[in-house]
Amino acid sequence: MALVQTTHGAMDESLLEKKEGTFEDDNEITTWVEYWLGSELVHRSAHVTLKKNVLTEGITQMIS
Amino acid sequence: MANTQAMCTSFKGELLTATHNFGASPTRAGSTADTFKAALYLASATINASTTAYSATNEVTGTNYTAGGATVTNATAPATSGTTAYWTPSASITYTNVTLSTAFDTMLMYNSTQSNKAVAVYTFGSQTITAGTFTLTMPTNDATTGLLRLA
Repeated sequence: MALVQTTHGAMDESLLEKKEGTFEDDNEITTWVEYWLGSELVHRSAHVTLKKNVLTEGITQMIS
Repeated sequence: MANTQAMCTSFKGELLTATHNFGASPTRAGSTADTFKAALYLASATINASTTAYSATNEVTGTNYTAGGATVTNATAPATSGTTAYWTPSASITYTNVTLSTAFDTMLMYNSTQSNKAVAVYTFGSQTITAGTFTLTMPTNDATTGLLRLA
């Protein structure tokens, strides 16, 4: 029996509807999972992997 | 042989360890790494390159989220490769069992040791979390994908 943390406390996963998704673009890969109790969203987690970093270019100026 | 104008790679790496100080202040004391934190901001916020320090304005709020965000794990020293200096947190940044009902899309990394001064802003697709976990997984720590790069 797998338990899922929800807005109603820990619940048996078998009582819930599970929805999963993935999103990817140039900036990130994101996966998410939702658990629904009827029409009520009771759990949503997301995991984002950052693909774009922050880049600063060091520039030296010509001496004139 | 020929001379080539460049910013020295060693200098870039030393910027990440506060070796150089071109001004009279601030001066650095001690030899331990600073503590860096990661705060989440609402999609309606304006966090960008002009942000100078952490602020609670438009930061996410919700169950089990502490204002100021999560501490960034820093177990790997900055490094250089080729002409690039880089650094990446050594673990994912995780917010566990939180409920964040208002859409958020930004993480501000800042230096909590140095008056919460801003370091970098990272954006991602808008998210909400319900009694769940939000994880930011770090890229590979190298000169191409490291989270902070000075090239």
